[in-house]
Amino acid sequence: MKELLILGAGTSGTMMSNSLRKALPQEKWNISIVDVEDTHYYQPGFLFLPFDIYTPKQLKRNIDAFIPKGVHLIQNKIDRIDKDQNTVILQDGVNIRYDILIIATGCHIAPEEIEGMQGPRWHKTIFDFYTFDGAKNLRDKLRDWEGGKLVVHISEMPIKCPVAPLEFAFLCDSYFSNKNMRDQVEITYVTPMSGAFTKPVATKELSYLLEQKNIKIVPDFNIEKVDTDNSKIIDYGGQEVAYDLLVTVPTNMGDEMTLRSGFGDELNYVPTNKFTLQSKVKENIFVIGDATDLPASKAGSVAHFQSDTLTENIQLYIAGKPLKESFDGHSNCFIETGNGKALLIDFNYDQEPVKGTFPIPGIGPLKLLKESRINHFGKLAFKWIYWNMLITGKPIPFVSSRMKLAGKEISNNDD
Amino acid sequence: MNEKTLAGYCIRCNDQGYLTDLEQWNKEVASEIAQEEGISMTDKHWEVIDYLQDQCRKEVAITIRKVGKSGVVNIKEFYQLFPKGPLKTASKIAGIPKPVSCI
Repeated sequence: MKELLILGAGTSGTMMSNSLRKALPQEKWNISIVDVEDTHYYQPGFLFLPFDIYTPKQLKRNIDAFIPKGVHLIQNKIDRIDKDQNTVILQDGVNIRYDILIIATGCHIAPEEIEGMQGPRWHKTIFDFYTFDGAKNLRDKLRDWEGGKLVVHISEMPIKCPVAPLEFAFLCDSYFSNKNMRDQVEITYVTPMSGAFTKPVATKELSYLLEQKNIKIVPDFNIEKVDTDNSKIIDYGGQEVAYDLLVTVPTNMGDEMTLRSGFGDELNYVPTNKFTLQSKVKENIFVIGDATDLPASKAGSVAHFQSDTLTENIQLYIAGKPLKESFDGHSNCFIETGNGKALLIDFNYDQEPVKGTFPIPGIGPLKLLKESRINHFGKLAFKWIYWNMLITGKPIPFVSSRMKLAGKEISNNDD
Repeated sequence: MNEKTLAGYCIRCNDQGYLTDLEQWNKEVASEIAQEEGISMTDKHWEVIDYLQDQCRKEVAITIRKVGKSGVVNIKEFYQLFPKGPLKTASKIAGIPKPVSCI
């Protein structure tokens, strides 16, 4: 028997276990998947949990609920990959040999990377919302917070779901407005980028949102440390921003297993071919989702589009044929703007987000780069799609893995 | 797409003055962009520019942290060389795209 081993049973790994179990013959290929966790979280829901829009229960399932029959789930911690021996070594010393390896170990927040962030004030006045505990603790804090300076902050790029911090700031505006205390809350958005929006079309179409919602922007802020004694964040250039409540997205990093295996980059991401998803580490190692070092967004939709490329390429690899360079960096994200509205963006490696209709060109019903109620319902409906279609590897109607240019207002502006 | 004359060369750039074709870059062009940014180039500046261009050609995403760990400069020195948003200023002088997010 041949062995295919998947590391990580999150969004990417679970999707791959489903699609590959269908694609590979049971009598020839064993498939195993390793993850230390018990729970599969609906991570897009972490954005809504602090505002009491979703309950904790809606965001959790048992990790084995979506692993198909015929795939062996191993609940253990991964120590390292020995690529020369085609073996994964688990923490308890057990070795698993593989013929093909898929790394789907994702990324996580690393607040310990920033001086002062993860001290005694962590989850007291400094919160993340990228973990279940962070989002839940922040919910409890917001429920009886009396107002003051609220700072929404990104430590450094790349981060998982790059638009989430902005959505968080928008949702704060409507949350505090609904509680009739918006005038007691000063919202500041602090980013290491040159602005909240960096792409030309999005900047033109969306900059009004910040003004409309009275959100102050501090751009070009590269955090050096959190001064918890004086409740302020300080950047390398000496800039300071004071907070009463700091909601930060700490540095995101890949799994330390890659460091122990000797091939992660400085943020523990795995060097990966951006079109084929084969690792640059060894030809029988493939990578998907947040664990890659690709210049694509770290997001569930990206992992979903990648899974089509990877499923096909694994079969081509087994057959000894050339891999397809079919992943185009396609990403598709809803962006909550508060007050029951949302935006939708669709883009890839080469094409920035533009206006248009989605998923059916010229019809929609969803509108790109424009606020609407239907986009908001699309975002809420996505939770159902995620649990029922996406991670079990069912195709989503009308949504193709490669980005379609039809129905989009594409100009020849190539900057 | 705009065109701009820098140091006597006709250079293609975007609205914000970032070169759109690294092949058109040369040291004279870079020095003139640096001057516009209020920076006079030293050997250390050029070393950083070299490093950034190299990373860009390898299609590796560039971050402040990466520059800090490059062995060329640490983050404090990077700020001293290119004050106020060092990565975007240095990228402009290096003739590589401005660091962007997805929107």
